[in-house]
Amino acid sequence: MEKTVLQSINLIKYFNDPVRVQVLKSVSVSVNQGDFVAITGKSGCGKSTLLYILSTMDTDYEGDLLIDGDIMRGKSEAELARIRNEKIGFVFQFHYLLNEFSTLKNVMLPGLKLQQYPEKEVEHRALERLKMLDIEHLALKKANQLSGGEKQRVAIARALINDPLIIMGDEPTGNLDKKNSDIVFDIFKRLAEEYNQTLLIVTHDDEFAKNTHRIIEMADGRIV
Amino acid sequence: MNLKLITDIAKSLLLARFRQSLVAAIGVTFSITMFIALLGFMNGLNDLLDGLILNRTPHIRLFNEIKPTENQPVNLSKDFKNGHNFIQSIKSSGGKLEIYNNAAILEAIKSDPRVRGVAPKINAPVLYNSGTIDITGVVSGIDVMAESELFFFNDYVRTGNPIDLKNVSNSIVLGKGLAEKLLAEVGDVVQVTTSKGERLPLKVVGFFQSGIADLDKIQSFASIVTAQKLLGVPSNYITDIQVKLHDLTLAPAVTKEYAQLFQCDAEDIQTANSQFETGSFVRTLISYVVGIVLLIVAGFGIYNILNMMIYEKMDTIAILKATGFSGSDVRKIFLGIALTIGLVGGALGLLFGFLLSIGIDQIPFNTAALPTITTYPVNYSPKFYIIGIVFSIITTWLAGFFPARKASRIDPVIIIRGK
Repeated sequence: MEKTVLQSINLIKYFNDPVRVQVLKSVSVSVNQGDFVAITGKSGCGKSTLLYILSTMDTDYEGDLLIDGDIMRGKSEAELARIRNEKIGFVFQFHYLLNEFSTLKNVMLPGLKLQQYPEKEVEHRALERLKMLDIEHLALKKANQLSGGEKQRVAIARALINDPLIIMGDEPTGNLDKKNSDIVFDIFKRLAEEYNQTLLIVTHDDEFAKNTHRIIEMADGRIV
Repeated sequence: MNLKLITDIAKSLLLARFRQSLVAAIGVTFSITMFIALLGFMNGLNDLLDGLILNRTPHIRLFNEIKPTENQPVNLSKDFKNGHNFIQSIKSSGGKLEIYNNAAILEAIKSDPRVRGVAPKINAPVLYNSGTIDITGVVSGIDVMAESELFFFNDYVRTGNPIDLKNVSNSIVLGKGLAEKLLAEVGDVVQVTTSKGERLPLKVVGFFQSGIADLDKIQSFASIVTAQKLLGVPSNYITDIQVKLHDLTLAPAVTKEYAQLFQCDAEDIQTANSQFETGSFVRTLISYVVGIVLLIVAGFGIYNILNMMIYEKMDTIAILKATGFSGSDVRKIFLGIALTIGLVGGALGLLFGFLLSIGIDQIPFNTAALPTITTYPVNYSPKFYIIGIVFSIITTWLAGFFPARKASRIDPVIIIRGK
């Protein structure tokens, strides 16, 4: 039995604006080390909402969330930020790179924040990650000079910088063409299989989901 | 520390909006420049106007007032002790203006550690004779050296050498207005008659211009010896003792002490010239208020620009938070931006303020009333520069505080979802 990385117990979430709507109805999931999990479902079924709760960014929920065996409830905003920094890597639908910085610096930022390694070492690790994704030639370009597919790969490199426990993706291929989608998917697959990286990806791309190890399908705020 | 990373990010955001940041910084620079120049100029003017009176006014003046005896003889008599004495038509006694035992008093005051210097003086009311016309006036017998050191007598003697007053016997320095009335030139001899009818020819060795025209029309100076000769009094006769203290604010207390100790009348500078302090205070207050208002306006500029920057950089803030930057990190980044604008703008403001002050200092300013002044007066006290930079930091901090707090509270979920 692999170690449980992420576990949710009876998560309930309401949206209060404009009217009180229950989006998540007692969702319990658990993700083990090395899992490559896709959460699928129709638009509005609550899969993104679930992801944001699992990612600790949304703290307004009922039920319990455990990351690496730790209960998240009652932690301060700064503690949660630290956990996101150290244990979670993000890849969003839109690239969300910082245009003010070079590609390399974008990748380095979470590493610099964590301060586990000195700056030189973080830079070295960032280059390593870029090389792994075949984009080290872009290191010194500004983020806004990259193509969409390149940006997403840089975002994945950034997610990897701190050797996170889990990588979360919110429609990471949603904004990409077929070719780039495939590249991104292959990267995820490689991460899961070669590096035993835990991945939790929200997607409505069925083909994408089919190729993962495990699919969690959601409908109307429940897991089906 | 994380500080390096945070300053790094703040720097990048600042440079990404370089032009806006520059405008904000220029706002601060402008207001600090004006603040420094305004305060420097106002205080220069204050010092000048105060100096006009304060430089020449002793902090403490010891003298004997002409007044009736406090204890009339009838009250001192034992025989009339029990009754209630009504005395009518009291007259002031003797008119003894001399300070008794003044040599000992001068010595005693000189050895007081609070005292910077002491200068004896004789005031003699006289008539200046010019042909058939007599002009009333006052000759002050002074110790030229002490008077120059303590009351800047040198500065006000515009023609001739003040030290001649001591070196040339029977010499006089005339007020400028007085000299014009008497048609006297340096080297001429003027006739002076005292109230007792003594008449003495005195040689004019210089002209004196105080900046107060009325005073210059009646006042003239002679050495103490000459004044004693003029009055026909012995060489220990002195009517005034002028004391200058190290600390002006001690004057009232010391005055009281001396009046009791030396058994004579004493007046302190605060009582003699109370209106000057009020004037200076109001002028200073006005310049501070104007300066601070300018800074507040600059603060609103910074507030605006930071607010705009935060709206523009919502994505950046969201991603920073998602990748593990806490709200306080984000707040520090934006406060850092605000403080950088404030510090850079403020430092440039100090520089330009200093240059503007130097500029004002070069503008010619000639007035008959102020003979020693040729350009506008400016005070370069470091106090204003310190206040300026401190205020610029405080205002920019306040201006940055609310936008930064807003940025720190941005919920990344809302931003990321909203796309």
